[in-house]
Amino acid sequence: MIVLASLVALLPFGAAFAGMLLGPRLTRALSGPREPRRTEERQAVAGQIEAGHAEARPAEAPRPPRPPHPLRNGPALIACAPVAASLVLAAIVAFTVWRDPGPRTGTLALVQTGSVPIRVGLQVDGLSAVVGLMVCCVALAVHVYSVSYMAEDPRYSSYAAFISMFTAAMLLVVFAGDLLLLYVGWEVMGICSYFLIGHHWEDRANSRAAVKAFLVTRLGDVGFLLGILVLGVGARTFSIDGVLSRVADLPDATLTAAALLLLAGVAGKSAQFPLHTWLPDAMAGPTPISALIHAATMVAAGVYVVARLYGVFLNAPGALGVLGVVAVVSMVGSALAALAQDDLKRVLAYSTISQLAVMAAGLAVGAKTAAIFHLLAHGAFKALLFLAAGCVIVVAGSNLLAAYGGLRRGMPITFWSMTAGFAALAGIPPFSGWFSKDSVIEAAQHAALHGGDSASTAGWFAYTPLREYPLRTPGAGGAHPAPVWTYRLVEPVVPASVAWLVYLGLLVTVVLTAAYATRAWLMTFFGEPRGTYEIADPPRIMSWTVAALAVPATVLGFFGSGASELRPHLGSALLGVVLAGLGAAAAFLVWNRDPAADPARALGRARPMLARAFYVDELYAAVIVRPAEALARHVVIFDGRRIDGAVTGAGRGARWLGGRLRLQVNGNPQTYLTGLVAGVVVIAAGVVIFR
Amino acid sequence: MIFLLMMAVPLAGALAMLVPADRFLPGDAAVRRFGAGVSGATLLVAVSALAAFDFGRSSRMQLEVDRSWAPAIGLRFHLGVDGISLPLVALTALLTFLCFLYTLRHPPAGGRARLLTALLLVLEVGMLGTFTALDLVLFFVFFEVVLIPMYVVIAVWGGPARRAAAYKFILYTLLGSGLLLAGMLLVGAEAGTLDMTELAARHGSGLAHGVQVTAFALMGLGFAVKAPMWPLHTWLPDAHTEAPTVGSVLLAGVLLKMGTYGLVRVALPLAPDGARVWAPWLGLLAVIGIVYGSLACLAQRDLKRMIAYSSVGHMGFVLLGIATLTPVGVNAALFGNIAHGLITGLLFFLAGSVKDRYGTGDLNVLGGGMLTSAPRLASILTFASVASLGLPGLAGFWGEMLALLGAYSPHADLPRETFVTFMAVGALGAVLTAAYFLRMLAKITHGRTPDPIEPAAAAPAPSEGSAARPALTPPERAPIPAEPIAALTRYEYAAWTPLIALTLLVGLWPKTLLAVTTGPVRALFGGG
Repeated sequence: MIVLASLVALLPFGAAFAGMLLGPRLTRALSGPREPRRTEERQAVAGQIEAGHAEARPAEAPRPPRPPHPLRNGPALIACAPVAASLVLAAIVAFTVWRDPGPRTGTLALVQTGSVPIRVGLQVDGLSAVVGLMVCCVALAVHVYSVSYMAEDPRYSSYAAFISMFTAAMLLVVFAGDLLLLYVGWEVMGICSYFLIGHHWEDRANSRAAVKAFLVTRLGDVGFLLGILVLGVGARTFSIDGVLSRVADLPDATLTAAALLLLAGVAGKSAQFPLHTWLPDAMAGPTPISALIHAATMVAAGVYVVARLYGVFLNAPGALGVLGVVAVVSMVGSALAALAQDDLKRVLAYSTISQLAVMAAGLAVGAKTAAIFHLLAHGAFKALLFLAAGCVIVVAGSNLLAAYGGLRRGMPITFWSMTAGFAALAGIPPFSGWFSKDSVIEAAQHAALHGGDSASTAGWFAYTPLREYPLRTPGAGGAHPAPVWTYRLVEPVVPASVAWLVYLGLLVTVVLTAAYATRAWLMTFFGEPRGTYEIADPPRIMSWTVAALAVPATVLGFFGSGASELRPHLGSALLGVVLAGLGAAAAFLVWNRDPAADPARALGRARPMLARAFYVDELYAAVIVRPAEALARHVVIFDGRRIDGAVTGAGRGARWLGGRLRLQVNGNPQTYLTGLVAGVVVIAAGVVIFR
Repeated sequence: MIFLLMMAVPLAGALAMLVPADRFLPGDAAVRRFGAGVSGATLLVAVSALAAFDFGRSSRMQLEVDRSWAPAIGLRFHLGVDGISLPLVALTALLTFLCFLYTLRHPPAGGRARLLTALLLVLEVGMLGTFTALDLVLFFVFFEVVLIPMYVVIAVWGGPARRAAAYKFILYTLLGSGLLLAGMLLVGAEAGTLDMTELAARHGSGLAHGVQVTAFALMGLGFAVKAPMWPLHTWLPDAHTEAPTVGSVLLAGVLLKMGTYGLVRVALPLAPDGARVWAPWLGLLAVIGIVYGSLACLAQRDLKRMIAYSSVGHMGFVLLGIATLTPVGVNAALFGNIAHGLITGLLFFLAGSVKDRYGTGDLNVLGGGMLTSAPRLASILTFASVASLGLPGLAGFWGEMLALLGAYSPHADLPRETFVTFMAVGALGAVLTAAYFLRMLAKITHGRTPDPIEPAAAAPAPSEGSAARPALTPPERAPIPAEPIAALTRYEYAAWTPLIALTLLVGLWPKTLLAVTTGPVRALFGGG
């Protein structure tokens, strides 16, 4: 079981290295005998790993190498095949866990550090199995889609390798049984995200977006690492089940500090306020990357980690309250910002922030299962939306909503798939988003009205140890004590005021979500075409992938009917549908008055502020970035003038002193003799006086 | 005996360079090959020492040589390694060999291959001796042997301001050495023995508190100059910037480690009481170094100078680890030593290659687009930078993480709140580290290559280019040659691949190092 899980993560990892080093070579090996290439073309292919030689030397390579057939495309094969194998294995793992729930852990090695040891090991349970399955699905879809989407790219090889590396890192996060191991995957995801956002580094804007994404998340990650250290030292182990089993013994201050520090990392990775600013800019990356990393998987890692360490958060209600408030701010704020964006990908980016906040809100009110359910549904429909947006962008050649219009006639597959995605996003029954969002709202309502003890029964993929776990007798050489899961409180999680805030925030978000989803949908597919391009579905590999993703986005909701808290509840479900209908109707009415114009004009004077997302970026630039740069310049000046000045000053001082002392050693015998006589006199006098 | 051989080989090689050129090895190429051969043989001896080392008992001194040297004053020629010094010995032998490999094809400007070979071999003797010496005076002798060759290397093959940099380097470090000698003799005189294993086994018993405090201050200052610790670091940027590539690599890769190794090997075990008194101050200066070094990097224009200041930051983490006086902290220091040696060694190699190819190390003049003009060089530079900024899964991370872990729960006698503050500030320094490396990468590897044709570049600059580099006036971006940048040579690959592979290995499987160092580090603090 653990072997399977480790294979799931190791296969893409190996694929990343193989793709990086061997990808273009494999292409040559596969196509070499059939189509002998000219020498300079060979060089161009060899240079694909890091950069576009073809682009750098246009004179020497008149026609860029044609993209090979998918089955003879080395990097694509190296990328897709292992991820497909991982998907199969992940499915086996998930199936096994479903048949026989319960956590399984395996330890490969124990690394002594001189303090708390690091346990290199994995842990498979319902939660990790199902999220791992979701990651593999989306990764495979994105890989396949990219084969066509990035076919013309000279650096496809490194692109595919970084996706594989990212997939491996995400799976490591999902399956890790040790906090530090989890952190390794967590950071590697971050650097892969950096490389992929900056994939088209020729453009300085992409480069800046990549740096910003890495630095902002890194700021959160530092907090995350400190949180891990606090937890690990407190519990005297870094293993996740070890930490959770000792949560009850930890002092409150430690737990709250650890939970808040962890939340910093969660806010960074899951793009929650105040560390959300990197995500909209990250849309500079290629669209499949936005689908994989910045919508479906990496950004969900933060939410996943909270669910994974839920025992810690349950025992630190202060932190959960903070999470709730952060979630409400992110949820409503970014939904408002999404209303005013004129770039399709940025609309989706802000909606991602908003939807992640819905998950975080679910976690804050104690509805872990519902939050994870929404995570899975969101993974499906947001990956679908981004990939479909990629189709639209390829066809229209622009990201701007204003350049679309009337696309539904020419590209039916994209249109219907994306409609399913938008419906799921807006929470229209019976699409998946409706079920999952409803269960979160229901939990929030419950928490607001009844002081929340909603986390009672658990779905099959819930974190199994929530129920009392049978006491295992400690083995003779067992390194870990039997996991006894005792939580001090299962009762009220957050204060009622926070629960109310979350509840109202969720309701407002439902309205706003429906409004911006409708706006984007209408502006893209309806009205008169505003561009001059030919409207047709993109290559089959792309459109079929999108169509395939539409299936889970549509039906995933029904899978939750096995658990009582995931079934739709009449009151909140009706309320949700009515509110969503309100938002959608408002957007439609505004649009219908003038289908050629942007419905966002109804926002009036608030529109520029929303389009700039409340000027948070400008605020950070003024408060953090520029002072840091100024401080750096001052440090350099200080270093040169003061510290080094003191050093060279000491040197000069020594020379000056030497020069002074040298004055008496001037080569004049008379002076020397005078000195000698004076010395003798002084000594003699001393002897006489002190005898 | 194996260590006698390990030092005899390069020493004999250096002496052979005294034979006049017409008798022995005429021609620079032959001399360089000879140097590579000798250092390769030394590396082989070091590898066989690795093989002979009993990793099950890494906390014991092994492969010892213990001869009487000057019986009248109790000096002994005592060599040996344990888990603390063994990785550094291997690193030294490896880096020296790689430097020779690199100079085969890329000799520093300034010729005189015989002198350079001899100096580097003497340098290697000194470095290996420092890491294996177990007698205080012997340690000091080797510690000093290193200075002269490095001084000459900087002064002869260095950049335009080499004289001043070399003077500053040698005077500053000699000053530190004077304090170090005073401290060691104080301990030796008070304790009645100069044998380091003997002194370490006593854990400071028999030395008065005041003696220990004074001795630790003296020795600590001596080592801190070498490490370097803020504010005693200003010799380092100048020396690094002016030194030739091989000099920078050895300076960063090995010489700096002598300071932190000395703290762990000499100062901590000999004067534990003194360590407890001074540790908070050491931690404070270390943390200042982390943040200060990173901020200084953020505003640097020269690639080598930036890497030099990054060393101040990284060695700050190493010093912070030592200051916690815990096994995990010292583990962090030893891990950080090796990681910094591998990564910064690689970075200086790369900086040298960049300077060779583009004729400048100025970030603004380099302009950008290195991923287009020299894709592999830029990729390896990216790898090294990412490793250096402490990405988990690469070598740089574990040292920093363990140092923070140590600072969170320092030795029981130390003020915990102070160290938790240090931890938080040090962690922020890690963000700044990422910031300056990414800034450097964005500046020189991303973007389009500066246009070689002046007038064309001045008039219709692409929109994003002009937005990104508003400060760049056309004359400033001039000197990029129009012809394509030379591809990496086999010698460069040969010198860098081992460093890349080890960075990956140590990063992915930190147990390779931690398993060796944990035992002796626990023993250092009197544990099992």
